[in-house]
Amino acid sequence: MSGLTFPLPPVGRGRGGGGADGTAPLDPDPPPPPAPPHKEEESRVAPFRPRRSLAYLQAAPLALVFLIFLVIPLVLTGIVSLWEYNEYAIIPALTLQNYADLFDGCLSADLCTTLRTYLSTVKFVVLTLAITLPLGFAIAYFLAFHIRSGTVRMGLFLLCTIPFWTSNVIRMISWIPLLGRNGLINDTLRALGLIRQPIEGLLYSDFAVVLAFVHLDTVFMIVPIFNSLARIDRRLIEAARDAGASGAQILWNVILPLTKPGIAIGTIFVTTLVMGDFVTVGVMGGQQIASVGKVIQVQMAYLQFPAAAANAMVLLAAVLLMILGLTRMIDLRREL
Amino acid sequence: MDLSPSRRTLLKGAAALAATPVTGFPAVHAAEPVTLRYLGTAVSQSSDIAKKVKEDLGIILEYIPVVTDEVTKRAVTQPNSFDLIDTEYFSLKKILPSGNLSGLDAKRIKLADKITGVFTKGEVNGKKIGDQGTAPRKVFYLEGQNAKTFASAPTEWLTLIPTTYNADTLGIRPDLIKRPVESWKDLLSPDFKGKASILNIPSIGIMDAAMVVEASGDYTYGDKGNMTRAEIDRTIKVLIEAKRAGQFRAFWQDFNESVNLMASGETVIQSMWSPAVTKVRAQGVPCVYQPLKEGYRAWAQGFGVPKTLSGKKLDAAYDFINWFLSGWAGAYLNRQGYYSAVLETAKEHMQPYEWAFWMEGKPAEKDILGPDGTLIEKAGATRDGGSFEQRMGSVACWNAVMDENTYMVRKWNEFIAA
Repeated sequence: MSGLTFPLPPVGRGRGGGGADGTAPLDPDPPPPPAPPHKEEESRVAPFRPRRSLAYLQAAPLALVFLIFLVIPLVLTGIVSLWEYNEYAIIPALTLQNYADLFDGCLSADLCTTLRTYLSTVKFVVLTLAITLPLGFAIAYFLAFHIRSGTVRMGLFLLCTIPFWTSNVIRMISWIPLLGRNGLINDTLRALGLIRQPIEGLLYSDFAVVLAFVHLDTVFMIVPIFNSLARIDRRLIEAARDAGASGAQILWNVILPLTKPGIAIGTIFVTTLVMGDFVTVGVMGGQQIASVGKVIQVQMAYLQFPAAAANAMVLLAAVLLMILGLTRMIDLRREL
Repeated sequence: MDLSPSRRTLLKGAAALAATPVTGFPAVHAAEPVTLRYLGTAVSQSSDIAKKVKEDLGIILEYIPVVTDEVTKRAVTQPNSFDLIDTEYFSLKKILPSGNLSGLDAKRIKLADKITGVFTKGEVNGKKIGDQGTAPRKVFYLEGQNAKTFASAPTEWLTLIPTTYNADTLGIRPDLIKRPVESWKDLLSPDFKGKASILNIPSIGIMDAAMVVEASGDYTYGDKGNMTRAEIDRTIKVLIEAKRAGQFRAFWQDFNESVNLMASGETVIQSMWSPAVTKVRAQGVPCVYQPLKEGYRAWAQGFGVPKTLSGKKLDAAYDFINWFLSGWAGAYLNRQGYYSAVLETAKEHMQPYEWAFWMEGKPAEKDILGPDGTLIEKAGATRDGGSFEQRMGSVACWNAVMDENTYMVRKWNEFIAA
């Protein structure tokens, strides 16, 4: 998505920025934002014309891919969302009815379906982030700083990706025999005499959904954070220690600021994955929990493409807003 | 030419079935095999049928198995992606207006007049059955080959030739329920709080819900299969209240989900499909397809051909359909607990004790085996719900597409989000 806004900067400059970054976090406070825009202006003014067109040329293939596979489908979806439909056809006529249906009743006191669905989905985003972020950071930190041997580190890192050898659905479904009413956990607890009645909330509940999300998505946190951590110049940590910083201070003032891009990218991954999901919520929530993706899927199944398109546009806007908020907090362009 | 091995095995097979007359098979297509792309659900797409058809007719079936809604979607949006469609009758209300289907010529269907009265007249042995919803009777005939409207009286153009149909009810776990279940309203009984399930396919789920509402005596629908907005609101309200009270353990959407819910004891009562009950039982778990006093919700599907089909492929499609009605396939489906379109021919291909068990509701004289040879019922067992006449005769309504379908789907989403 964001790639579209980036085709301008020439390739070389990104690395220069990275070097400048390395020194910055020695300050307890991040460097003031004005500096990079200044640099940007310089680099915009400096190059000769041929070099500039070369940069465009270099960015062209990616831009073309985005144009064909992202921009055009999105525009089409946007157009279809304004069309009318009936049981078996979509009718090219301009109407806002699909959006009106979507927000039908949202102005009344009782929450409307759409708002309720989004609240439920956002709740899962927040819960999943609250767990995957510390968890992913801890695992990545362990891998990057505590494992000395590069081979072991790579081995453990690959271990983290093993779950990807099977499909999402299989990883999810494997929880069901464990969590069910007569599942392994309930049976064990009952056999130990700890409970009499099985714990119903283990499966087909918010808990089960969050558990599955954590299981499925933590690795998307680990990878970018690990990448950021691995690029930290160890001398910075030594310098901080020499300057008398405690372990906690080093973590908070040196490592964490330098990991911000990784955290931001991981957060974007997890947010978009959870926002768009309907399979996990469906399987682990026993189909009793609404998700935006599920609503869209049902509408597609019933040939209500314009309604589904309107829903997709609203979902896209919601996700973009969330990412926009995130990039307000962390300037990804500068940090990379 | 035609004395190919396939023909010979066929004759041998026919001889083995002793009294079975061979009902005029069409010419074998072995010389130049025709491939038919067969769009449908996994329900009737068995590899055994494909194998047998290859032997008998030399036609190669290329299955395109998708879920019910996807069949409709494909028929409307990609009519050139298949040569033969096996779809639910209620989907016709969506597919036919798209103009993508061609009527089938009754004169070319040899056993057209033998198709059970369930489809042609809405009757079982002369007795009228439930007509609410999209009963196949209402969408069986076309005004003309390429008509986009259904004919109210019999014509020579048929929309779909029935493949399978059945009467659906609730599945229960008798070992965990320990009390008789007689009515649809038991689905929302407080006795089964947190242990009930309904299917999350809006058009079918809402009809199960309507059966419950009607059974509880709160309201009588004009037509459960074609509700007004007020009726949809009323039904969804009942569902939402039940959901908020924690009545449901989960909802299910596909066959296997329903099997797992029931077999693991997560649910003890739920909407279910007949073969799913059989599958739970095959795992050694007691499960009953409980007949209920308000009757069944029925469904039916059948073969249709796209308008673009012509020449050899069209001939092959007719040959295949004729073959399908001629008995072997019907017997195969009957042994799975479905019903076939032409009962007489299926009977000829079943053992008398099989026919007595599946169709007459009599206790099994011998162990009942499925088409794949697995044990389905031990000797002495009877079929849930009894005979064909009892089961299909007690149909209350049919799977349907409502006029207010769009509104209904929106309200259903509200139920899921509640």
